[in-house]
Amino acid sequence: MSVQILGLKEVTGPLVALDGIKDVGFDEMAELILEDGSRRLGRVVEIQGDKAILQVFEGTAGVSLHNVRTRFVGHPMEIPLSEELLGRIFNGVGAPIDGLGPIFAAKRADINGHALNPVSREYPRNYIRTGISSIDALTTLIRGQKLPIFSGSGMNHNKLAAQIVRQAQISGDKKEKFAIVFAAMGVKNDVADYFKRQFEESGVLERVVMFLNLSSDPIVERILTPKCALTVAEYLAYEKGMHILVILTDMTSYAEALREFSSSKGEIPGRKGYPGYLYSDLASLYERAGIVEGSSGSVTQIPILTMPNDDINHPVPDLTGYITEGQIVLDRTMDQNGIYPPVSILPSLSRLMKDGIGEGYTRGDHPAVSNQLFSAYARVQDARALASVIGEEELSDTDKAYLNFGRLFEQHFIAQDFSENRTIDQTLDLGWDLLSLLDKGELDRIDDEMLAKHYDPKRAERFS
Amino acid sequence: MSNTVYSINGPVVKTKDSPSLSMLEMVYVGEKRLVGEVIGVSDGLTTIQVYESTTGLKPGEPIAPTGAPLSVTLGPGILSNIYDGIQRPLREIAEDGGAFIDEGVSVPPLNSEKKYQVTLKVKPGDYLKGGMVYAVCPETPAVEHRCLLSPLLEGEVVRVSPDGAYAVNDTVAVIRTPDGAEEALTLCQRWPIRTPRPVAERLSINRPLITGQRVIDTLFPIAKGGAAAVPGGFGTGKTMTQHQLAKWCDADIIVYIGCGERGNEMTQVLNEFSELIDPKTGRAMTDRTVLIANTSNMPVAAREASIYTGVTLAEYYRDMGYHVAIMADSTSRWAEALREISGRLEEMPAEEGFPAYLPSRLAEFYERAGYMVALGGAEGSVTIIGAVSPQGSDFSEPVTQNTKRFVRAFWALDKALAYARHYPAINWMTSYSEYMEELGDWYKKELGEEFLACRQRLASLLGEEARLMEIVKLIGSDALPEDQKLIIEASRLIRVGFLQQNAFHADDTYVPLPKQLGMMKVILYFYDAASPLAKKGVPMSQIARTGVMDAIVKMKYNIPNDQLSKIDEYYPMIDEKLASVR
Repeated sequence: MSVQILGLKEVTGPLVALDGIKDVGFDEMAELILEDGSRRLGRVVEIQGDKAILQVFEGTAGVSLHNVRTRFVGHPMEIPLSEELLGRIFNGVGAPIDGLGPIFAAKRADINGHALNPVSREYPRNYIRTGISSIDALTTLIRGQKLPIFSGSGMNHNKLAAQIVRQAQISGDKKEKFAIVFAAMGVKNDVADYFKRQFEESGVLERVVMFLNLSSDPIVERILTPKCALTVAEYLAYEKGMHILVILTDMTSYAEALREFSSSKGEIPGRKGYPGYLYSDLASLYERAGIVEGSSGSVTQIPILTMPNDDINHPVPDLTGYITEGQIVLDRTMDQNGIYPPVSILPSLSRLMKDGIGEGYTRGDHPAVSNQLFSAYARVQDARALASVIGEEELSDTDKAYLNFGRLFEQHFIAQDFSENRTIDQTLDLGWDLLSLLDKGELDRIDDEMLAKHYDPKRAERFS
Repeated sequence: MSNTVYSINGPVVKTKDSPSLSMLEMVYVGEKRLVGEVIGVSDGLTTIQVYESTTGLKPGEPIAPTGAPLSVTLGPGILSNIYDGIQRPLREIAEDGGAFIDEGVSVPPLNSEKKYQVTLKVKPGDYLKGGMVYAVCPETPAVEHRCLLSPLLEGEVVRVSPDGAYAVNDTVAVIRTPDGAEEALTLCQRWPIRTPRPVAERLSINRPLITGQRVIDTLFPIAKGGAAAVPGGFGTGKTMTQHQLAKWCDADIIVYIGCGERGNEMTQVLNEFSELIDPKTGRAMTDRTVLIANTSNMPVAAREASIYTGVTLAEYYRDMGYHVAIMADSTSRWAEALREISGRLEEMPAEEGFPAYLPSRLAEFYERAGYMVALGGAEGSVTIIGAVSPQGSDFSEPVTQNTKRFVRAFWALDKALAYARHYPAINWMTSYSEYMEELGDWYKKELGEEFLACRQRLASLLGEEARLMEIVKLIGSDALPEDQKLIIEASRLIRVGFLQQNAFHADDTYVPLPKQLGMMKVILYFYDAASPLAKKGVPMSQIARTGVMDAIVKMKYNIPNDQLSKIDEYYPMIDEKLASVR
């Protein structure tokens, strides 16, 4: 029977301080038992001699200095793991909320995880076909990658994520086991519902583990939600050999929870009030994507974050971009023009695609086509800027050709239907059709041999 | 007198009443023996930063002093190894403990079982001073390891073991120091990471570090012993640039520090370098490379130390007479580690929350670069190339600004160029190199007077283009006279045909200097030959139709590096095509 400590020394925000502790470890879990018998969970965040500071998950409403007994459990926060987790729904700290009873744990694991040794990683090379041209051709998703979607409030990032989940699953090898871990942090109830419905419709619900921390749930739990989700993902991937796709939404809410927590602890704030360790903290989540050598499973992450005020330089997207292996940026103007998915391809990038595309992976001409599409679309932007000053009529013929290319590229290549699942051949051929709109001399990223094989102005006639 | 843990706040641990601990001493914290370093001493509390996760650590656990500052072990076996920020070998850790790194692992940095074929270079009666070579052995097939007497020792050689196979901790010689004590010399020694290794003399800089990257070698060169910064927002190709430099630069030894970066990237470096054949030695790149990987999810305090660990290893090889290049990716993560720890110590923050000592720490680091005469008399250099990841791609932030003060080559990566997939995305208008002055003589000697002249013309054409583009943005290029259009077209040839370089193309990934010069000359020859036509009012479109410009743009792919004579075929080609316009 462990010792219980009566009363508290101080209560501030979600934090409580207590005296007279003994044999308590940093990061250890504690249980706070209120007079009315209700229980709350807490975690040690600082120790000074015999004084400990705890963060209380369910908040400190109703807690006074005298009505609480605290019991330390003797280990850091752990989560039960087993294959039974598939198809279940949990709250932000891993307690079941679907009414199906507790999990029978095959094993328990510390949610903080450990850093993956770089020498034990396997470099990700297998691409995941999402059936979405803008992603497959230009920002290819690779198994074991972390590729966030940078969006803004009101854009349809959720729809895009749902489409990726549905189509990526279909194209996978049937023999390989596939599952989804979904962590919602501070999202509205409707959003969680939307995802649930989408999973149901695409018939994957029994292969999904959901962690839901809704926007009205305590922020302290929100800080733990992604850690729980990733611990489950690592277990299923590395011990059960499954390919796991982790969707984390919304990382901005997570960072805001972290800021709130940090300021209630009285820490020195960094940029925009976020704590100085925001980078390390985000990295400890994102870096849990990958493939371990010798294991048949993988963890692929698609974090979604809404850029406050659509500002890509805001600390959360900024630091995220420095950690993740690229980003898919959504664009509000395109969204307003009714283009779905509104992927703004110039700032979008997949760092791992260079080693996962081309001969033997997708198709030999893929690197050249994507390179040329990027550079041609960059020229489109210049032509548009010029047209807005001097008018379209005054443009040179080359610039006019680019304007036409840009318009058709957005309409036919980027835009596609929610249910449209394009093969990589369809996507790349479409790319060649569009490039054939331009003069041959403009295609300076493609070598002559490939041009001779694929370039043909006749291909472009389908657009007229 | 036992020291115990009093308070814990993340990586910062304090102990009470421990006057025996000294500043910067390395300690073992807790039952798990986590590695830590003393960073603050007062009569009441001693502050320790712990290099591993403190989860589960309890007050009252013991703190074991080591009596020495945080040090690295220097000896054969460093090359082709991969270490974490405090020189723990990651391969051995993986073999012992599995794919995930546990706390408190203790593995010696150098393999103590592997035997090296040692040749002794001294005989009894010789008098050795600090820094002198007493034994050599082949560390890898590409690099000879020279065992240097620690700079702190000197003495007369008393006994010497015969040549033969020895492990790093075997005694190979014994010296008697001036105070009469006998010191056994093994193949390795320890050195504190925060103290620069002493040298006899700092030489002036006069040789370039040749990288094979056109925009660097030609426009913004770096000298051996110099320091350069590569700032750029995310996705602008900092890491790619660092990889290219590590692969192709003509240093003897590469120290690659992955400081707070991505795990998959380090794996990529590992894979690529072991497959890549070094053109100079014909051996795998890993034979002359040491990697330090402290990825972003590894403990933050070890990230802070990784930079110093790397530069100390580099200095050791410099003292043997090698040219060493350090790639530090990224120094911003290191600065953030400083900020994070400073915050935990509740120090007064300066600009953007960074501690006020940020500039002096940066200066200390970059000043460890240099072209030196070692104590043993050998000449060697340490070149530092630091990546900077400015927050929000804003170059006015403190790390970029302070770094600028201590480096003399600045390769600014540009988002707009990266978006257009112009790689390397080094912006030619905002980048600079102060080394050109010192290196001028070398370029003149090796490549002739014309190299600098061509470079100057190239730079002025680009400058002219930037000015014209301002006008084009307002009125469109059609409104310009033909000779100005020619400047824009020639600059496009420079940008696309010369500055842009394809890292994935067999011939284009590394370009020797004579080819760089040849390419410049072809582009300028075209400009000079087309100028009279443009002046006469021949429209640019007519010149373009001959295909001459397409041919020049693709010259980088069509001239193999070992058939540079092919360049000469371009001059008659240009004459012929332009003649057809006339």
